[in-house]
Amino acid sequence: MNPAGSIVFFTTASGAGYGLLYWLGLLRPLGLIPGDPWFGLVALGLALLLITVGLLSSLAHLGHPERAWRAISQWRSSWLSREGVAALLTYLPAVLFGIGLLGDIPALAAPMGLLAATSAMVTVYSTGMIYASLKPIRQWHHPLVVPGYLMLAAFSGAALLAMLAAFWGNGAVPAVLALLTGAGGVLLKTAYWRGIDTQPPEATAESATGLGQIGKVRPLDPPHTQTNYLLREMGFRIARKHAAKLRRIVLAAGFGLPMLLALLALLTGGAAAMALLTIGAVLALGGLLVERWLMFAEATHTVTLYYTGT
Amino acid sequence: MTCLPEIKPGQKKLGLVIDLDTCVGCQACATNCKEWNTSGHSAPLPDFHPYSAGAEGVWFNRVHSFEAGEGEQGRTVHFPRSCLHCEQPACVTVCPTGASYKREEDGIVLVNHDTCIGCGLCAWACPYGAREMDEDAGVMKKCTLCIDRIYNETIPEERRIPACVATCPTQARHFGDLGDPESAVSKLVRERGGYDLMPEMGYKPVNKYLPPRKRATVQAKPVEDAPTSMDIKNPLLRWMDRVLTR
Repeated sequence: MNPAGSIVFFTTASGAGYGLLYWLGLLRPLGLIPGDPWFGLVALGLALLLITVGLLSSLAHLGHPERAWRAISQWRSSWLSREGVAALLTYLPAVLFGIGLLGDIPALAAPMGLLAATSAMVTVYSTGMIYASLKPIRQWHHPLVVPGYLMLAAFSGAALLAMLAAFWGNGAVPAVLALLTGAGGVLLKTAYWRGIDTQPPEATAESATGLGQIGKVRPLDPPHTQTNYLLREMGFRIARKHAAKLRRIVLAAGFGLPMLLALLALLTGGAAAMALLTIGAVLALGGLLVERWLMFAEATHTVTLYYTGT
Repeated sequence: MTCLPEIKPGQKKLGLVIDLDTCVGCQACATNCKEWNTSGHSAPLPDFHPYSAGAEGVWFNRVHSFEAGEGEQGRTVHFPRSCLHCEQPACVTVCPTGASYKREEDGIVLVNHDTCIGCGLCAWACPYGAREMDEDAGVMKKCTLCIDRIYNETIPEERRIPACVATCPTQARHFGDLGDPESAVSKLVRERGGYDLMPEMGYKPVNKYLPPRKRATVQAKPVEDAPTSMDIKNPLLRWMDRVLTR
Protein backbone atom coordinates (compact mmCIF):
# COMPACT_ATOMS: atom_id res chain seq x y z
CA MET A 1 0.00 0.00 0.00
CA ASN A 2 1.17 3.51 -0.83
CA PRO A 3 2.37 5.26 2.36
CA ALA A 4 0.74 8.67 1.94
CA GLY A 5 2.84 11.20 3.87
CA SER A 6 -0.20 12.94 5.33
CA ILE A 7 -1.54 9.69 6.82
CA VAL A 8 1.84 8.54 8.15
CA PHE A 9 2.30 11.91 9.84
CA PHE A 10 -1.30 11.89 11.13
CA THR A 11 -1.10 8.51 12.87
CA THR A 12 2.29 9.36 14.42
CA ALA A 13 1.46 12.88 15.61
CA SER A 14 -2.16 12.34 16.65
CA GLY A 15 -1.28 8.94 18.12
CA ALA A 16 1.38 10.55 20.33
CA GLY A 17 -1.03 13.38 21.22
CA TYR A 18 -3.79 10.96 22.25
CA GLY A 19 -1.23 8.88 24.17
CA LEU A 20 -0.05 11.98 26.02
CA LEU A 21 -3.64 13.00 26.77
CA TYR A 22 -4.39 9.47 27.97
CA TRP A 23 -1.53 9.35 30.47
CA LEU A 24 -2.06 12.96 31.60
CA GLY A 25 -5.77 12.45 32.27
CA LEU A 26 -5.15 9.15 34.02
CA LEU A 27 -2.05 9.92 36.11
CA ARG A 28 -2.90 13.44 37.27
CA PRO A 29 -5.89 12.50 39.44
CA LEU A 30 -3.76 9.70 40.86
CA GLY A 31 -1.04 12.20 41.82
CA LEU A 32 1.66 10.29 39.96
CA ILE A 33 2.91 13.28 37.94
CA PRO A 34 3.71 16.87 39.00
CA GLY A 35 0.57 18.54 40.37
CA ASP A 36 1.51 22.04 39.19
CA PRO A 37 -1.43 23.34 37.07
CA TRP A 38 1.08 24.81 34.60
CA PHE A 39 2.61 21.40 34.02
CA GLY A 40 -0.85 20.07 33.29
CA LEU A 41 -1.64 22.94 30.94
CA VAL A 42 1.64 22.64 29.01
CA ALA A 43 1.19 18.87 28.65
CA LEU A 44 -2.45 19.30 27.61
CA GLY A 45 -1.46 22.05 25.17
CA LEU A 46 1.18 19.81 23.56
CA ALA A 47 -1.28 16.91 23.36
CA LEU A 48 -3.98 19.02 21.69
CA LEU A 49 -1.41 20.61 19.36
CA LEU A 50 -0.18 17.21 18.17
CA ILE A 51 -3.74 15.90 17.81
CA THR A 52 -4.90 18.96 15.86
CA VAL A 53 -1.88 19.15 13.56
CA GLY A 54 -2.27 15.43 12.86
CA LEU A 55 -5.98 15.70 12.12
CA LEU A 56 -5.42 18.68 9.80
CA SER A 57 -2.68 16.72 8.04
CA SER A 58 -5.08 13.82 7.48
CA LEU A 59 -7.42 16.23 5.67
CA ALA A 60 -4.66 16.79 3.11
CA HIS A 61 -5.20 13.18 2.07
CA LEU A 62 -8.75 13.92 0.93
CA GLY A 63 -9.85 14.82 -2.58
CA HIS A 64 -12.37 17.25 -1.06
CA PRO A 65 -11.15 18.46 2.37
CA GLU A 66 -13.95 21.05 2.52
CA ARG A 67 -16.48 18.20 2.67
CA ALA A 68 -14.71 16.52 5.61
CA TRP A 69 -17.57 17.43 7.96
CA ARG A 70 -19.71 14.85 6.19
CA ALA A 71 -17.41 12.12 7.50
CA ILE A 72 -18.96 12.16 10.98
CA SER A 73 -22.36 11.00 9.69
CA GLN A 74 -21.88 7.23 9.12
CA TRP A 75 -20.74 6.12 12.58
CA ARG A 76 -23.19 3.22 12.45
CA SER A 77 -21.13 1.33 9.88
CA SER A 78 -17.82 3.07 9.24
CA TRP A 79 -14.75 2.99 11.52
CA LEU A 80 -13.38 6.07 9.75
CA SER A 81 -16.56 7.92 10.68
CA ARG A 82 -16.36 6.62 14.25
CA GLU A 83 -12.77 7.83 14.45
CA GLY A 84 -13.91 11.28 13.30
CA VAL A 85 -16.70 11.41 15.87
CA ALA A 86 -14.41 10.19 18.68
CA ALA A 87 -11.67 12.64 17.66
CA LEU A 88 -14.06 15.60 17.78
CA LEU A 89 -15.76 14.45 21.02
CA THR A 90 -12.35 14.17 22.72
CA TYR A 91 -11.91 17.95 22.47
CA LEU A 92 -14.88 18.49 24.79
CA PRO A 93 -13.58 16.82 28.00
CA ALA A 94 -10.04 17.92 27.06
CA VAL A 95 -11.02 21.60 27.01
CA LEU A 96 -13.02 21.22 30.25
CA PHE A 97 -9.99 19.44 31.73
CA GLY A 98 -7.92 22.50 30.74
CA ILE A 99 -10.43 24.85 32.37
CA GLY A 100 -10.27 22.73 35.52
CA LEU A 101 -6.47 22.98 35.48
CA LEU A 102 -6.46 26.72 34.78
CA GLY A 103 -8.96 27.51 37.53
CA ASP A 104 -7.37 24.89 39.82
CA ILE A 105 -10.73 23.09 40.26
CA PRO A 106 -9.84 19.43 41.01
CA ALA A 107 -13.54 18.50 41.06
CA LEU A 108 -13.70 19.40 37.37
CA ALA A 109 -10.15 18.51 36.30
CA ALA A 110 -10.13 14.95 37.69
CA PRO A 111 -13.32 13.58 36.06
CA MET A 112 -12.73 15.47 32.80
CA GLY A 113 -9.15 14.19 32.70
CA LEU A 114 -10.37 10.61 33.05
CA LEU A 115 -13.06 11.18 30.44
CA ALA A 116 -10.53 12.71 28.04
CA ALA A 117 -8.21 9.72 28.64
CA THR A 118 -11.01 7.26 27.82
CA SER A 119 -12.05 9.25 24.78
CA ALA A 120 -8.44 9.39 23.53
CA MET A 121 -8.16 5.62 23.82
CA VAL A 122 -11.45 5.12 21.95
CA THR A 123 -10.18 7.37 19.14
CA VAL A 124 -6.93 5.43 18.74
CA TYR A 125 -8.87 2.15 18.86
CA SER A 126 -11.10 3.42 16.04
CA THR A 127 -8.05 4.42 13.98
CA GLY A 128 -6.67 0.91 14.38
CA MET A 129 -10.01 -0.63 13.43
CA ILE A 130 -10.08 1.33 10.13
CA TYR A 131 -7.10 -0.75 9.05
CA ALA A 132 -7.92 -3.98 10.89
CA SER A 133 -11.36 -4.17 9.26
CA LEU A 134 -10.00 -4.24 5.69
CA LYS A 135 -10.06 -7.89 4.60
CA PRO A 136 -8.31 -7.44 1.24
CA ILE A 137 -5.10 -6.29 3.01
CA ARG A 138 -3.94 -9.27 5.05
CA GLN A 139 -1.12 -7.38 6.83
CA TRP A 140 -3.73 -4.99 8.23
CA HIS A 141 -6.53 -7.50 8.77
CA HIS A 142 -4.44 -8.97 11.58
CA PRO A 143 -5.32 -9.36 15.28
CA LEU A 144 -2.17 -7.46 16.40
CA VAL A 145 -2.89 -4.30 14.38
CA VAL A 146 -5.27 -2.65 16.87
CA PRO A 147 -3.18 -3.56 19.95
CA GLY A 148 -0.21 -2.15 18.01
CA TYR A 149 -1.92 1.20 17.47
CA LEU A 150 -2.89 1.41 21.15
CA MET A 151 0.54 0.36 22.41
CA LEU A 152 2.44 2.75 20.13
CA ALA A 153 0.21 5.67 21.13
CA ALA A 154 0.73 4.78 24.81
CA PHE A 155 4.49 4.50 24.30
CA SER A 156 4.97 7.78 22.44
CA GLY A 157 2.59 9.54 24.85
CA ALA A 158 4.49 8.24 27.87
CA ALA A 159 7.82 9.30 26.31
CA LEU A 160 6.47 12.85 25.79
CA LEU A 161 4.95 13.02 29.28
CA ALA A 162 8.22 11.79 30.83
CA MET A 163 10.08 14.54 28.97
CA LEU A 164 7.73 17.27 30.21
CA ALA A 165 7.56 15.88 33.76
CA ALA A 166 11.37 15.87 33.93
CA PHE A 167 11.29 19.63 33.44
CA TRP A 168 9.00 19.84 36.47
CA GLY A 169 11.44 17.71 38.43
CA ASN A 170 9.61 14.38 38.54
CA GLY A 171 9.55 12.26 35.41
CA ALA A 172 9.96 8.92 37.15
CA VAL A 173 6.46 7.43 36.75
CA PRO A 174 5.99 8.30 33.05
CA ALA A 175 9.60 7.20 32.35
CA VAL A 176 8.81 3.80 33.87
CA LEU A 177 5.62 3.69 31.78
CA ALA A 178 7.63 4.54 28.65
CA LEU A 179 9.95 1.65 29.49
CA LEU A 180 7.05 -0.76 29.97
CA THR A 181 5.06 0.31 26.91
CA GLY A 182 8.31 0.38 24.88
CA ALA A 183 8.95 -3.23 25.86
CA GLY A 184 5.32 -4.01 25.01
CA GLY A 185 5.79 -2.30 21.65
CA VAL A 186 8.90 -4.36 20.85
CA LEU A 187 7.10 -7.59 21.73
CA LEU A 188 3.99 -6.64 19.74
CA LYS A 189 5.88 -5.48 16.67
CA THR A 190 8.19 -8.50 16.54
CA ALA A 191 5.22 -10.84 16.99
CA TYR A 192 3.32 -8.92 14.30
CA TRP A 193 6.22 -9.05 11.84
CA ARG A 194 6.70 -12.76 12.46
CA GLY A 195 2.96 -13.18 11.98
CA ILE A 196 2.72 -11.42 8.63
CA ASP A 197 5.91 -13.10 7.36
CA THR A 198 4.62 -16.60 8.00
CA GLN A 199 0.87 -16.12 7.41
CA PRO A 200 -0.17 -17.68 4.09
CA PRO A 201 -2.18 -15.33 1.84
CA GLU A 202 -5.91 -15.99 2.08
CA ALA A 203 -6.66 -15.27 -1.59
CA THR A 204 -4.62 -16.50 -4.54
CA ALA A 205 -4.49 -15.79 -8.27
CA GLU A 206 -6.45 -19.04 -8.63
CA SER A 207 -9.31 -17.91 -6.37
CA ALA A 208 -9.21 -14.34 -7.71
CA THR A 209 -9.86 -15.59 -11.25
CA GLY A 210 -11.62 -18.86 -10.42
CA LEU A 211 -9.33 -20.55 -12.94
CA GLY A 212 -7.72 -22.78 -10.32
CA GLN A 213 -9.87 -25.65 -11.62
CA ILE A 214 -7.69 -25.63 -14.75
CA GLY A 215 -4.38 -25.35 -12.92
CA LYS A 216 -1.82 -22.83 -11.77
CA VAL A 217 -2.72 -19.29 -12.87
CA ARG A 218 -0.12 -16.85 -14.23
CA PRO A 219 -0.75 -13.31 -15.49
CA LEU A 220 0.01 -13.11 -19.20
CA ASP A 221 -1.00 -9.68 -20.50
CA PRO A 222 -1.86 -6.73 -18.27
CA PRO A 223 -4.92 -4.64 -19.24
CA HIS A 224 -2.79 -1.52 -19.63
CA THR A 225 0.84 -0.87 -20.44
CA GLN A 226 1.25 2.14 -18.13
CA THR A 227 0.50 2.43 -14.43
CA ASN A 228 -2.88 3.39 -12.94
CA TYR A 229 -4.47 4.47 -9.66
CA LEU A 230 -4.79 0.88 -8.45
CA LEU A 231 -1.12 0.09 -8.99
CA ARG A 232 0.12 3.37 -7.54
CA GLU A 233 -2.15 3.14 -4.50
CA MET A 234 -2.22 -0.61 -3.83
CA GLY A 235 0.75 -2.00 -5.72
CA PHE A 236 3.43 0.01 -3.86
CA ARG A 237 6.57 -2.11 -3.68
CA ILE A 238 9.57 0.08 -2.90
CA ALA A 239 9.95 -0.64 0.81
CA ARG A 240 9.72 -4.41 0.87
CA LYS A 241 13.29 -4.59 -0.39
CA HIS A 242 14.48 -2.70 2.69
CA ALA A 243 11.93 -4.10 5.13
CA ALA A 244 14.43 -6.06 7.26
CA LYS A 245 16.74 -3.05 7.60
CA LEU A 246 13.88 -0.67 8.38
CA ARG A 247 12.51 -3.05 11.01
CA ARG A 248 15.91 -3.05 12.75
CA ILE A 249 15.96 0.77 12.60
CA VAL A 250 12.50 0.89 14.20
CA LEU A 251 13.49 -1.52 16.96
CA ALA A 252 16.83 0.19 17.70
CA ALA A 253 16.08 3.89 17.19
CA GLY A 254 12.34 3.93 17.86
CA PHE A 255 12.19 1.62 20.86
CA GLY A 256 15.67 0.50 22.09
CA LEU A 257 17.38 3.87 22.42
CA PRO A 258 14.43 5.74 23.98
CA MET A 259 14.07 2.92 26.51
CA LEU A 260 17.80 3.00 27.30
CA LEU A 261 17.65 6.78 27.70
CA ALA A 262 14.61 6.51 29.97
CA LEU A 263 16.48 4.00 32.11
CA LEU A 264 19.50 6.31 32.36
CA ALA A 265 17.21 9.23 33.21
CA LEU A 266 15.68 7.21 36.05
CA LEU A 267 19.17 6.56 37.42
CA THR A 268 20.53 10.11 37.03
CA GLY A 269 17.51 12.41 37.49
CA GLY A 270 17.78 16.22 37.44
CA ALA A 271 19.01 18.17 34.42
CA ALA A 272 20.49 15.07 32.80
CA ALA A 273 17.06 13.44 32.88
CA MET A 274 15.58 16.45 31.05
CA ALA A 275 18.09 16.08 28.21
CA LEU A 276 17.93 12.29 28.07
CA LEU A 277 14.12 12.12 28.04
CA THR A 278 13.88 14.90 25.42
CA ILE A 279 16.21 13.01 23.08
CA GLY A 280 14.29 9.83 23.88
CA ALA A 281 10.93 11.38 22.97
CA VAL A 282 12.26 12.76 19.66
CA LEU A 283 13.79 9.37 18.79
CA ALA A 284 10.55 7.57 19.69
CA LEU A 285 8.52 9.83 17.39
CA GLY A 286 11.09 9.48 14.59
CA GLY A 287 11.09 5.70 14.97
CA LEU A 288 7.31 5.64 14.88
CA LEU A 289 7.29 7.63 11.62
CA VAL A 290 9.44 4.88 10.08
CA GLU A 291 7.23 2.18 11.63
CA ARG A 292 4.03 3.77 10.31
CA TRP A 293 5.59 4.14 6.86
CA LEU A 294 6.63 0.50 6.92
CA MET A 295 3.15 -0.55 8.06
CA PHE A 296 1.82 0.83 4.78
CA ALA A 297 4.71 -0.12 2.53
CA GLU A 298 4.73 -3.77 3.67
CA ALA A 299 0.99 -4.21 3.24
CA THR A 300 -0.25 -5.97 0.10
CA HIS A 301 -3.70 -5.78 -1.48
CA THR A 302 -5.56 -8.59 -3.24
CA VAL A 303 -5.96 -6.48 -6.41
CA THR A 304 -2.28 -7.13 -7.19
CA LEU A 305 -3.20 -10.81 -7.68
CA TYR A 306 -4.71 -9.75 -11.00
CA TYR A 307 -1.57 -7.90 -12.05
CA THR A 308 1.36 -9.89 -10.67
CA GLY A 309 -0.25 -13.13 -9.50
CA THR A 310 0.94 -12.51 -5.92
CA MET B 1 -26.59 5.87 4.26
CA THR B 2 -23.80 3.33 4.23
CA CYS B 3 -25.60 0.65 6.18
CA LEU B 4 -26.62 -2.05 3.72
CA PRO B 5 -30.26 -2.46 2.74
CA GLU B 6 -31.97 -5.48 4.20
CA ILE B 7 -31.97 -8.43 1.79
CA LYS B 8 -35.52 -9.66 1.20
CA PRO B 9 -36.41 -12.98 -0.44
CA GLY B 10 -36.78 -12.52 -4.20
CA GLN B 11 -34.65 -9.37 -4.01
CA LYS B 12 -33.78 -7.96 -7.43
CA LYS B 13 -30.03 -8.32 -7.99
CA LEU B 14 -28.96 -6.80 -11.29
CA GLY B 15 -25.57 -7.93 -12.47
CA LEU B 16 -23.40 -9.38 -15.19
CA VAL B 17 -22.49 -12.91 -16.18
CA ILE B 18 -19.14 -13.07 -17.95
CA ASP B 19 -18.29 -16.07 -20.10
CA LEU B 20 -14.56 -16.77 -19.94
CA ASP B 21 -14.99 -19.47 -22.58
CA THR B 22 -15.98 -17.08 -25.33
CA CYS B 23 -14.22 -13.87 -24.29
CA VAL B 24 -11.52 -13.18 -26.88
CA GLY B 25 -9.89 -10.30 -25.01
CA CYS B 26 -10.65 -7.76 -27.73
CA GLN B 27 -11.05 -4.89 -25.21
CA ALA B 28 -14.26 -3.71 -26.91
CA CYS B 29 -16.20 -3.85 -23.61
CA ALA B 30 -13.56 -1.73 -21.86
CA THR B 31 -13.51 0.75 -24.73
CA ASN B 32 -17.27 1.11 -25.02
CA CYS B 33 -17.52 1.38 -21.22
CA LYS B 34 -15.06 4.28 -21.24
CA GLU B 35 -16.84 5.85 -24.21
CA TRP B 36 -20.29 5.72 -22.62
CA ASN B 37 -19.32 6.58 -19.07
CA THR B 38 -17.08 9.51 -19.90
CA SER B 39 -20.23 11.37 -20.89
CA GLY B 40 -22.79 9.64 -18.65
CA HIS B 41 -23.66 9.47 -14.94
CA SER B 42 -20.01 9.50 -13.82
CA ALA B 43 -18.68 11.86 -16.49
CA PRO B 44 -15.96 12.67 -17.17
CA LEU B 45 -13.53 9.78 -16.80
CA PRO B 46 -10.26 11.70 -16.96
CA ASP B 47 -7.07 10.68 -18.72
CA PHE B 48 -3.71 12.04 -17.68
CA HIS B 49 -0.90 12.57 -20.24
CA PRO B 50 -3.12 10.95 -22.90
CA TYR B 51 -0.72 11.64 -25.76
CA SER B 52 2.65 11.03 -24.11
CA ALA B 53 4.55 8.54 -22.00
CA GLY B 54 2.79 7.68 -18.73
CA ALA B 55 -0.72 7.87 -20.19
CA GLU B 56 -3.24 6.67 -17.62
CA GLY B 57 -6.83 7.26 -16.69
CA VAL B 58 -9.98 6.08 -14.97
CA TRP B 59 -11.57 2.94 -16.41
CA PHE B 60 -14.42 0.88 -14.95
CA ASN B 61 -13.53 -2.26 -16.84
CA ARG B 62 -10.07 -3.75 -17.30
CA VAL B 63 -9.42 -6.84 -19.42
CA HIS B 64 -6.56 -9.02 -18.15
CA SER B 65 -5.15 -12.14 -19.78
CA PHE B 66 -4.00 -15.16 -17.82
CA GLU B 67 -2.41 -18.51 -18.49
CA ALA B 68 -3.94 -21.34 -16.50
CA GLY B 69 -2.70 -24.91 -16.24
CA GLU B 70 0.32 -26.62 -17.75
CA GLY B 71 1.07 -28.42 -21.02
CA GLU B 72 -1.85 -29.79 -22.97
CA GLN B 73 -4.31 -28.68 -20.30
CA GLY B 74 -2.94 -25.13 -20.37
CA ARG B 75 -5.24 -22.33 -21.51
CA THR B 76 -5.00 -18.66 -22.27
CA VAL B 77 -8.00 -16.99 -20.65
CA HIS B 78 -9.07 -13.41 -21.18
CA PHE B 79 -10.54 -11.96 -18.05
CA PRO B 80 -12.60 -8.76 -17.86
CA ARG B 81 -12.57 -7.26 -14.35
CA SER B 82 -15.16 -4.71 -13.15
CA CYS B 83 -17.41 -4.00 -10.17
CA LEU B 84 -19.24 -7.16 -9.04
CA HIS B 85 -22.02 -5.22 -7.21
CA CYS B 86 -21.50 -7.46 -4.15
CA GLU B 87 -24.21 -8.37 -1.69
CA GLN B 88 -21.82 -7.60 1.17
CA PRO B 89 -19.90 -4.65 -0.23
CA ALA B 90 -17.43 -3.42 2.41
CA CYS B 91 -16.70 -0.52 0.04
CA VAL B 92 -20.13 0.79 1.06
CA THR B 93 -20.00 0.16 4.81
CA VAL B 94 -16.52 1.75 5.26
CA CYS B 95 -17.63 4.99 3.60
CA PRO B 96 -17.61 7.72 6.29
CA THR B 97 -19.95 10.11 4.46
CA GLY B 98 -22.70 7.97 3.00
CA ALA B 99 -21.57 8.84 -0.53
CA SER B 100 -21.12 5.17 -1.31
CA TYR B 101 -24.37 3.21 -1.28
CA LYS B 102 -26.12 0.07 -2.44
CA ARG B 103 -29.51 0.62 -4.04
CA GLU B 104 -32.31 -1.20 -2.30
CA GLU B 105 -34.39 -1.66 -5.46
CA ASP B 106 -31.83 -3.43 -7.67
CA GLY B 107 -28.62 -3.86 -5.66
CA ILE B 108 -26.49 -1.57 -7.83
CA VAL B 109 -23.55 -0.07 -5.90
CA LEU B 110 -23.09 3.63 -6.65
CA VAL B 111 -21.14 6.69 -5.48
CA ASN B 112 -22.71 10.09 -4.95
CA HIS B 113 -20.03 12.37 -6.40
CA ASP B 114 -21.50 15.41 -4.66
CA THR B 115 -20.85 14.08 -1.16
CA CYS B 116 -17.74 11.92 -1.72
CA ILE B 117 -14.73 13.37 0.13
CA GLY B 118 -12.21 11.36 -1.88
CA CYS B 119 -10.64 9.56 1.10
CA GLY B 120 -10.02 6.42 -0.94
CA LEU B 121 -10.99 4.02 1.85
CA CYS B 122 -13.60 2.27 -0.33
CA ALA B 123 -10.93 1.45 -2.93
CA TRP B 124 -8.82 -0.12 -0.19
CA ALA B 125 -11.85 -2.10 0.99
CA CYS B 126 -12.59 -3.61 -2.45
CA PRO B 127 -10.68 -6.90 -2.99
CA TYR B 128 -11.30 -6.71 -6.73
CA GLY B 129 -9.89 -3.26 -7.51
CA ALA B 130 -13.21 -2.13 -8.93
CA ARG B 131 -12.97 1.48 -7.77
CA GLU B 132 -10.68 4.06 -9.26
CA MET B 133 -10.12 7.58 -7.95
CA ASP B 134 -10.82 10.45 -10.31
CA GLU B 135 -7.80 12.47 -9.21
CA ASP B 136 -8.96 15.40 -11.30
CA ALA B 137 -12.33 15.80 -9.55
CA GLY B 138 -11.09 14.39 -6.21
CA VAL B 139 -13.89 11.80 -5.97
CA MET B 140 -14.13 8.03 -6.32
CA LYS B 141 -15.67 6.55 -9.45
CA LYS B 142 -16.86 3.09 -10.35
CA CYS B 143 -19.02 0.96 -12.63
CA THR B 144 -22.68 2.03 -12.42
CA LEU B 145 -23.92 -1.01 -14.35
CA CYS B 146 -24.81 1.72 -16.87
CA ILE B 147 -27.67 2.91 -14.71
CA ASP B 148 -28.11 5.72 -17.23
CA ARG B 149 -28.74 3.18 -20.02
CA ILE B 150 -30.68 0.38 -18.38
CA TYR B 151 -33.44 2.70 -17.12
CA ASN B 152 -33.14 5.20 -19.97
CA GLU B 153 -36.53 5.64 -21.62
CA THR B 154 -35.14 7.90 -24.33
CA ILE B 155 -33.28 5.05 -26.05
CA PRO B 156 -34.87 2.04 -27.76
CA GLU B 157 -35.73 -0.78 -25.36
CA GLU B 158 -33.31 -3.29 -26.87
CA ARG B 159 -30.44 -0.91 -26.11
CA ARG B 160 -31.29 -0.61 -22.41
CA ILE B 161 -28.38 -2.86 -21.40
CA PRO B 162 -24.90 -1.95 -20.12
CA ALA B 163 -22.53 -0.62 -22.78
CA CYS B 164 -20.07 -3.48 -22.25
CA VAL B 165 -22.81 -6.07 -22.87
CA ALA B 166 -24.17 -4.25 -25.92
CA THR B 167 -20.80 -4.10 -27.62
CA CYS B 168 -19.38 -7.57 -26.93
CA PRO B 169 -18.81 -9.19 -30.36
CA THR B 170 -18.78 -12.74 -28.97
CA GLN B 171 -21.70 -12.32 -26.56
CA ALA B 172 -19.42 -13.20 -23.67
CA ARG B 173 -21.25 -10.74 -21.43
CA HIS B 174 -24.82 -11.16 -20.20
CA PHE B 175 -26.93 -8.79 -18.14
CA GLY B 176 -29.96 -9.58 -16.01
CA ASP B 177 -31.53 -10.16 -12.62
CA LEU B 178 -29.50 -12.73 -10.71
CA GLY B 179 -31.99 -12.58 -7.83
CA ASP B 180 -34.65 -14.22 -10.01
CA PRO B 181 -33.86 -17.97 -10.30
CA GLU B 182 -35.88 -18.18 -13.54
CA SER B 183 -34.08 -15.35 -15.36
CA ALA B 184 -31.94 -16.18 -18.39
CA VAL B 185 -28.74 -15.21 -16.56
CA SER B 186 -29.58 -17.36 -13.52
CA LYS B 187 -30.26 -20.34 -15.80
CA LEU B 188 -26.97 -19.73 -17.60
CA VAL B 189 -25.10 -19.69 -14.29
CA ARG B 190 -26.75 -22.97 -13.28
CA GLU B 191 -26.07 -24.69 -16.60
CA ARG B 192 -22.47 -23.62 -16.94
CA GLY B 193 -21.38 -23.74 -13.28
CA GLY B 194 -20.93 -20.00 -12.86
CA TYR B 195 -18.87 -19.01 -9.85
CA ASP B 196 -17.90 -16.13 -7.53
CA LEU B 197 -14.47 -14.47 -7.55
CA MET B 198 -12.58 -14.72 -4.23
CA PRO B 199 -15.49 -16.27 -2.30
CA GLU B 200 -13.19 -16.52 0.75
CA MET B 201 -13.38 -12.73 1.15
CA GLY B 202 -17.07 -13.06 2.00
CA TYR B 203 -18.27 -10.16 -0.18
CA LYS B 204 -20.82 -12.35 -2.02
CA PRO B 205 -20.40 -10.90 -5.52
CA VAL B 206 -23.57 -10.69 -7.62
CA ASN B 207 -21.68 -10.89 -10.94
CA LYS B 208 -20.76 -14.42 -11.93
CA TYR B 209 -18.05 -15.85 -14.16
CA LEU B 210 -18.58 -18.86 -16.42
CA PRO B 211 -15.53 -21.15 -16.61
CA PRO B 212 -13.85 -22.06 -19.93
CA ARG B 213 -15.46 -25.26 -21.28
CA LYS B 214 -13.44 -28.44 -20.96
CA ARG B 215 -11.84 -29.58 -24.22
CA ALA B 216 -13.68 -32.57 -25.73
CA THR B 217 -10.51 -34.53 -26.49
CA VAL B 218 -6.88 -33.95 -25.87
CA GLN B 219 -5.41 -32.86 -29.16
CA ALA B 220 -2.80 -35.05 -30.88
CA LYS B 221 0.79 -34.18 -30.19
CA PRO B 222 2.34 -32.04 -32.94
CA VAL B 223 4.52 -34.15 -35.24
CA GLU B 224 8.19 -33.35 -34.98
CA ASP B 225 9.41 -31.53 -38.02
CA ALA B 226 11.72 -34.00 -39.87
CA PRO B 227 14.16 -32.47 -42.35
CA THR B 228 13.33 -33.07 -46.00
CA SER B 229 15.98 -33.74 -48.54
CA MET B 230 15.73 -30.08 -49.66
CA ASP B 231 16.88 -28.95 -46.18
CA ILE B 232 20.24 -30.69 -46.63
CA LYS B 233 22.69 -28.42 -48.34
CA ASN B 234 25.62 -30.82 -48.71
CA PRO B 235 25.09 -32.82 -51.99
CA LEU B 236 26.86 -35.91 -50.57
CA LEU B 237 24.67 -35.97 -47.45
CA ARG B 238 21.57 -35.28 -49.55
CA TRP B 239 22.38 -38.31 -51.69
CA MET B 240 22.97 -40.46 -48.56
CA ASP B 241 19.64 -39.25 -47.10
CA ARG B 242 17.86 -40.22 -50.30
CA VAL B 243 19.50 -43.67 -50.36
CA LEU B 244 18.81 -44.37 -46.70
CA THR B 245 15.22 -43.15 -46.90
CA ARG B 246 14.45 -45.55 -49.73
